[in-house]
Amino acid sequence: MPVPERVLMSMQQHVGAPCTPVVSKGDTVLVGQLIGDSDKEVSAPIHSSVSGKVAGIVELTMPGGAKVQAVEIHADGEQRVHPDIKPPVINNKADLVAAVRASGLVGLGGAGFPTHVKFALYNNAEIDTLIINGAECEPYITADYRECMENSWDILNGILVTAEHFGVKRTIVMIENNKPKAIEELKRICASVASEGKGSIKVKSIPAMYPQGAEKVMVEQATGRRIPPGKLPSDVGCVVMNITSTAFVSRYLKDGMPLVSRRMTIDGSGVANPGNLRVPLGTPIQDVIKACGGYTGETKKILMGGPMMGLTVMDENMPVLKQNNAILVLAGDEAEISRESACIRCGRCISVCPMQLSPTAISLAYRAGDAEEIARKNVACCIECGCCSYICPAKRPLTQTMRLAKAAVRKAGVK
Amino acid sequence: MSNLIVTSSPHLRDRSSTRGIMLDVIIALIPAGIAGVIMFGAYTALMIAVTVLSAVLAEFLFNKIVKKPVTVGDLSAVVTGLLLAYNLPPYFPLWMAVIGSAVAIVVVKGLFGGIGQNFANPAITARIVLLVSFPEAMTSWARPFLPGADATSSATPLVSLKNAFLEGNTLDITWGNLSSLLFGLEGGCVGEVSRLFLLLGGLYLIARRVITPTIPLAYIGTVFIFSWLLGASPLYQIFSGGLLLGAFFMATDYSTSPMYFWGKVIMGVGCGIITMVIRLYSNLPEGVSYSILIMNILTPLIERVTIPKPFGYVKAKKQNQGVAK
Repeated sequence: MPVPERVLMSMQQHVGAPCTPVVSKGDTVLVGQLIGDSDKEVSAPIHSSVSGKVAGIVELTMPGGAKVQAVEIHADGEQRVHPDIKPPVINNKADLVAAVRASGLVGLGGAGFPTHVKFALYNNAEIDTLIINGAECEPYITADYRECMENSWDILNGILVTAEHFGVKRTIVMIENNKPKAIEELKRICASVASEGKGSIKVKSIPAMYPQGAEKVMVEQATGRRIPPGKLPSDVGCVVMNITSTAFVSRYLKDGMPLVSRRMTIDGSGVANPGNLRVPLGTPIQDVIKACGGYTGETKKILMGGPMMGLTVMDENMPVLKQNNAILVLAGDEAEISRESACIRCGRCISVCPMQLSPTAISLAYRAGDAEEIARKNVACCIECGCCSYICPAKRPLTQTMRLAKAAVRKAGVK
Repeated sequence: MSNLIVTSSPHLRDRSSTRGIMLDVIIALIPAGIAGVIMFGAYTALMIAVTVLSAVLAEFLFNKIVKKPVTVGDLSAVVTGLLLAYNLPPYFPLWMAVIGSAVAIVVVKGLFGGIGQNFANPAITARIVLLVSFPEAMTSWARPFLPGADATSSATPLVSLKNAFLEGNTLDITWGNLSSLLFGLEGGCVGEVSRLFLLLGGLYLIARRVITPTIPLAYIGTVFIFSWLLGASPLYQIFSGGLLLGAFFMATDYSTSPMYFWGKVIMGVGCGIITMVIRLYSNLPEGVSYSILIMNILTPLIERVTIPKPFGYVKAKKQNQGVAK
């Protein structure tokens, strides 16, 4: 898409501590220049996606309601690259962790977890499996699929670097079976490496079924191992990497350009020309929509992310963040709000819950204001995938209630 | 653009609805009702209609009196009315049927908070209330295709079964006997006589995923094993009385049966055992209603012990062993 006139770089584009701006009003910035950083472990630096002038440090309201700092940059349209951008020098594993941190990479599948934190686990002897998550995290989204088709060699190189870094015995690439071309392409290039004897890489076709991309579901599908409540993939010997993040690692090692743009799916009945675009980070949503032919009809809802877990934005000036893999524009019936009625105890929410919880029982405990009972029903295990609300014939907002129930447990201080 | 809708995810919803589920149950029940009307005549059709209409009216009036939104649109009152009518003898007096509907909808369902809140199955509880209030009317049977007073006191197959069992005999299984049960040529309640259509209706509910087969399989399986072990003509037990109607349509009632898998198993097995104990050893001819009511009452307790463990849950013991090794 064309370079936007201005970008708004949120200082919170990842899970963890927000960054502090390292530029101030009036500074000239170049593409790839560091503009925000943090000294906290779980955080990721932020780089300018355009060349231009810093117009100011402003306050930005995120879709969740939190207020964060953001650097507003007026682009000059020349996209001059910062002179320090060059491939990182890697001599040892600690160098690689530092390079991944410096690249500003976070999980591009939607979660936004800083990748260098995962890479710092390399001395964990128990990790034996690298899982590459190529299951598109939600319906509508095809950004990871395009990565498989366009940048399969980057994916492979990224896998080789990552697998060697962790010293894993095997890598399993998980692709949903509704993308046969991606499976074929990855099998083809992975086979070419296997013949050179560079380790075991397996491409696994899995059913195209939401929430296949959820980490715990993915690890079980790949290895049969189940991550216990409150534990991480590393507790069962696995590291999970999003497929586009993996490809980015290999590109960064080649050219040293930090994460300043990303591919996203723009879809929904309210957008004229749906498709995948490479978008500079910080681009206001309305500019992205304009690049896709603009709105059609009456727009009712704009989502950052997919239809199941995406957040509704309050303002179309909201900028694109690192972890945004989609913008969905919903018009007409798609945005209809259903009227809720009484729970009929059909049990469908229980049968679809990937974490084997009982959303209706948690909902009941929440309405009774019983924080201890909510905690006993293991609400902490909920991954907020949205399946319970989706399936409910009484149209009850169960996922929303799960979030409120978690907050109630926190507030009551129940363990 | 300032009028963006902001809501909590997910932003997609399935098309299913409470009304759609109830409609499926009605569709599944209709063939057995038509069979009942063909066998017992026009009066039975009138009786079914009056029971259903009075159930819907009772819900409407109750909603109005307690000043709550009118919920007849969810069709659950139609299902309750149909189930109650199917559990009544074919020439049951209309005014008594109306009382039954009112008990089911107002006392059992409405007073406990409406759909999903009642702890006992409305149709079953109303049937039991009618049985203890009007024992004679509730046990006046008719043989199919023989309308009129002269046939009203003939024994149902269940009575013959119990007598045979108590005398230590096993009834021979013949295609003639079995098929007359399957096609509804024996006496019984309006909706329970055509077992073939009840089976088809039950399979429809399973195919439409309105119910899971767990409760019916556990219930019918327990009845089969129990009566087989005691030599009490297992196949006849399954195809007699209200077992199929109860197993597919009433023991599976969402509000009053467990939601979790093992809870459903306990529900089915419990219903099966109680049904057979009543059928073989009590003074009552049939135990389906009582067994379901008793298990309804136990449902909250069953759910308490059968709630599944979360994904990846490891028993504390096992973890310790792992560390010790």
